[in-house]
Amino acid sequence: MIMYGKKVMDHFMSPRNVGEIKDADGKGEVGNPVCGDIMTFYIKVKDNKIVDVKFKTFGCGAAIAVSSMVSEMAKGKTVDEALKITNKNVAKELGGLPKNKLHCSNLGADALHKAIENYIEKQKNKK
Amino acid sequence: MAKEKIFFDNASTTRIDPEVLKEMEPYLKQHYGNPSSLHDYSDKPKKAIEKARKQASDLIGADKEEIYFTSCGTESNNFALWGLARANKDRGNHIISSAIEHVSILNPLKEFKKEGWKVSILPVDEYGLVNPEDVKKEITKDTVLMSIMHANNEVGTIQKIKEISDIAREKNILFHSDGIAAAGIIPVDVAKLGVDSYSFSAQQMYGPKGAAALYIKKGIKIKPLLLGGIQEKGRRAGTENVPAIAGFGKACEIAGKEMDRNIKYISKMQQSLIKGIKSEIKNIKLNGHPTERPPGNVHISFEFIEGESILLMLNIEGIAAASGSSCASNALKSSHVLLAMGLAPTMAQGSILFSLGKYNTQKEVDRTLEVLPPIIDRLRKMSPLYKE
Repeated sequence: MIMYGKKVMDHFMSPRNVGEIKDADGKGEVGNPVCGDIMTFYIKVKDNKIVDVKFKTFGCGAAIAVSSMVSEMAKGKTVDEALKITNKNVAKELGGLPKNKLHCSNLGADALHKAIENYIEKQKNKK
Repeated sequence: MAKEKIFFDNASTTRIDPEVLKEMEPYLKQHYGNPSSLHDYSDKPKKAIEKARKQASDLIGADKEEIYFTSCGTESNNFALWGLARANKDRGNHIISSAIEHVSILNPLKEFKKEGWKVSILPVDEYGLVNPEDVKKEITKDTVLMSIMHANNEVGTIQKIKEISDIAREKNILFHSDGIAAAGIIPVDVAKLGVDSYSFSAQQMYGPKGAAALYIKKGIKIKPLLLGGIQEKGRRAGTENVPAIAGFGKACEIAGKEMDRNIKYISKMQQSLIKGIKSEIKNIKLNGHPTERPPGNVHISFEFIEGESILLMLNIEGIAAASGSSCASNALKSSHVLLAMGLAPTMAQGSILFSLGKYNTQKEVDRTLEVLPPIIDRLRKMSPLYKE
């Protein structure tokens, strides 16, 4: 099985930040079971900074590695900075992904953005 | 870190039997002649092919003259469909097949449609069985050919071939069966099955890649797929792959001889693996037929998780298996077989096929049962679909 690089395998075998945040400030989900990947992201925000990220992912090796990498990239960033993370950046940080995985499994940034949008929405409602 | 490797992917291919390799070697070395030549170099290769033809025919209860060697199972299936349909197109333009056939049947049938043929794809039930009543209903006056596989290459379901071929015979319709996942693994008798043509392949029965055969019943009209020389009585052009064919013959002979022993030996491991998974892991489903399946086929869906992830983790443990998940396929589509059986998308995604063979051991089953539950547990804990 030589389809994945070292970094992808590392994030797949030891994924960072797996779990849920009960009192999350934002939650986002992408994907569906037919295509094979579902990612749910939870974020905790303090002073406009993402202080904690957790995720749960149903999917292939790439999907799990992508989720893990996104969680690492987002932690500590401001909301605006985190919104600039793209699926492309994530794949690059992972040292590349197999071509056929670039679209279906590389949805981590989308899931993160959804969680941030959910957070922004909640903030508006508070005001 | 080096873990003992366990090959539980015998449905994809098998390890070559040392006796088979021994049979092949002289034809890779000193007896390299072309069987069609008119000098001494052709003698031994020619004899090797005829010996293999006899061995292959004996395995499936055919006559030696009814065996035609090809390069692989896909070629045999393509040859049967195109050859039979083209040779009999004056009788009609309708073909009946099933939704769970191998792609080497389904993809040619798509081409048939483009060329103006009518194609009916029959559904299967939850166990993967074609209902013979459905076959009857689909027949029209234009039906010339039916193609229903013997044992399914994924879930293993063994079809009621005799019942379906009786229907075909009664209506004077040609009947092809893809026996690649059956021959050499379960007893096959083409006369009892009532087929007009039957595909089988060496690499599924501890033989080499690069050799397969199509049984064509005496008196059946068929056009060649490959045009060229007059090898195989003009029905399959191209210089014969002599070493592979010699190996195929030997593999057939051994498979016949070891059949009873292998079935007994492999079924025992199969039952142990199924029982172990059922008792150790919750929310699973054994796919395929409860009884009508080859020894060695263990096809399981693990709910809430995805197959490629399971394969990757098994692979790290040194265990080789397969999956019908879309992520595990190059085409990124879930197994058409599982979907045709009505499996929910998440269950199809979480499917794993362990296919056991004669070189596997109970010790390997035991080790798999040790490492599998923690893998499933770990992935489930990561899954948003799983609630403890």
